[in-house]
Amino acid sequence: MPNQITIDGEKCIGCALCVSACPFGAMVLVERPGHPKKLKLAVVDHHKCTFCGACVEACKKFSAVVMIKEEPIKLDIDKSHYHGIWVYAEQRHGEISPVVFELLNEAGTLAKKLNVPLSAVLIGDKIESKAQELIERGADKVYVFDDPIFAEFQDDPYSDILSHLIEKEKPEIVLMGATNIGRSFASRVAARIRTGLTADCTALDVEPSTGNLMQTRPAFGGNIMATILTPRHRPQMATVRHKVFKPSAKDAGRKGEVIKGNIDCSKIMNRSKFLQFIKDTTAKVNLADADIICSGGRGLGKPEGFKLIEELAEALGGAVGSSRAAVDAGWIPYSHQVGQTGRTVSPKIYFACGISGQIQHQVGMSSSDIIVAINKDPHCPMMQMATYAIEGDLYDIIPWIIKEVKKTT
Amino acid sequence: MHFIVCIKQVPNTTNVQIDQKTGTLKREGVESIINPFDEYALEEAIRLKERFGGKTTVVTMGPPQAETALREAIGRGIDSAVLISDRAFAGADTWATAYTLSSAIKALGDYDLIICGKQATDGDTAQVGPGIAEMLDIPHVAYVKKIEDMNQETIKVERMMEDGYDLIEMPLPSLISVVKEINTPRLPSLRGMMNAKKAQILRWTAKEINAEPNNIGLTGSPTQVMKIFSPPHRQGGVKLEGSPEEIAEQLIAKLKTTQLL
Repeated sequence: MPNQITIDGEKCIGCALCVSACPFGAMVLVERPGHPKKLKLAVVDHHKCTFCGACVEACKKFSAVVMIKEEPIKLDIDKSHYHGIWVYAEQRHGEISPVVFELLNEAGTLAKKLNVPLSAVLIGDKIESKAQELIERGADKVYVFDDPIFAEFQDDPYSDILSHLIEKEKPEIVLMGATNIGRSFASRVAARIRTGLTADCTALDVEPSTGNLMQTRPAFGGNIMATILTPRHRPQMATVRHKVFKPSAKDAGRKGEVIKGNIDCSKIMNRSKFLQFIKDTTAKVNLADADIICSGGRGLGKPEGFKLIEELAEALGGAVGSSRAAVDAGWIPYSHQVGQTGRTVSPKIYFACGISGQIQHQVGMSSSDIIVAINKDPHCPMMQMATYAIEGDLYDIIPWIIKEVKKTT
Repeated sequence: MHFIVCIKQVPNTTNVQIDQKTGTLKREGVESIINPFDEYALEEAIRLKERFGGKTTVVTMGPPQAETALREAIGRGIDSAVLISDRAFAGADTWATAYTLSSAIKALGDYDLIICGKQATDGDTAQVGPGIAEMLDIPHVAYVKKIEDMNQETIKVERMMEDGYDLIEMPLPSLISVVKEINTPRLPSLRGMMNAKKAQILRWTAKEINAEPNNIGLTGSPTQVMKIFSPPHRQGGVKLEGSPEEIAEQLIAKLKTTQLL
């Protein structure tokens, strides 16, 4: 029987708690002129309802919302055949991407909880020597695919080889970095092998009894958090952004297993041609890895304001960031954007200058250790969440901060 | 040549506030818009048609109200629109959505290039574009910031990466998902808006696209939402007072204790 959600008209008092609770706008209230107390009635928009159950939860007191989820389709996969956690060891130009060590750290914790091995998958050209680094960072086993066809990332050959490996070795969980490579690559693989993929997870946990991976991520631009499961398919795939987890420590000399894959190049799909890589030479300090970031926003009022931000960053030895508003206004290139559609950063100190702190920006920087907010509006979200809130004109305040920094260093 | 654009109608979340009392979204007066990244996809399709000739089609999977997004797309200059709408599609995750859209595209006939926006601002996954390409068994490149060249058989694109960009060539038909750097979308013209008003929008349900019931909607979705909650709020800190000079002194003194300066 298909999923059903109905409102019990007798129990509904039109309090609208379900309307507020629904993240998808699928609940509305309608008039009931015939009702003895003229109470309104909640009505479900079936096109928008995703059966998430938030309304049922909200209506705990009256139980007016009745949801019946259908019997799950008989599983055509036996979950017990799937074993072990994998981390895709993304490499770019022969170097392992930093997010991989963060994934190995988190995956190590999950693997211990499930009591299963942790493996890494390394794909590239002349890349085998990096396998030991992965073992020292926590991988018990490394699958290596080393061939010129994999020299640069292309979706076809990488998706082909990973899909085949997954189908052969059957891991229960596969984690990848939510980088430009990872997000494209994981999507194609998940579509091919028909499994669940959750993007940009900010927290992961496992349920040992079911082996379910609980994947938590922000949605609606960060306005809500959702915990997602892939209950009936394997492997459970998830991507995680750089700087969400801490990297694992290096255990020099640690022993592990390296398994070299046999590759028959004639059988690998490769429809595209990688022609050239053009390096971006403009970024001075790498935003993603900076310990100190100075960001400017709409409050700067003009593009020249970023000169002041750059001065501050230089004095502190930090990188320059930006809110989306300033990038959209053309004041600074997109590569500096921090937030939901920009970079996620996790510096020790984050200066938010003239940034109100909309939730989409918060999503990109809320895990900073210390936040310094400079803003004329003392009630804006950024000032509320700052470690040190400074109410004032940034054009008055920042020059003094720069002076003070130069005095003491 | 035939260019297909997949779009999504999303809530305009830039202005959405959290209701402090209930901790949930304030939904009153939140309008629906074309997903911002899809605007760039639409613009690119129109430019390609201007250059190569042919036709453009916009497709969306959504509730009946998504028709307004399709009419907006026609207003920008797209030739025809198809609304894929069915109660059975409700609750679809990215896999089921990619399946539904790729089924619709198969029913549309021949095409040369499919263009998608990088990601939608409500789900933020960026998964549907590559998923569609996989299900249609065509190559794709994501994060395209420029189409450097194109002819009847191939397309050369710049793929934006964290450290620069990659130049990639692939055969047509194929799919690209685009980022904002690719162009500046035009405003709708008066003629466009008139066309939008009288356009005939094709409406397809699961039946017209030959969709397998087990592959669509909540039923066809490998991922399921377990729970939804408000994000934890970071605790507030200290307000620094005084003249700008005094504030700077206090701040640097405090930051020095972290030994980062």
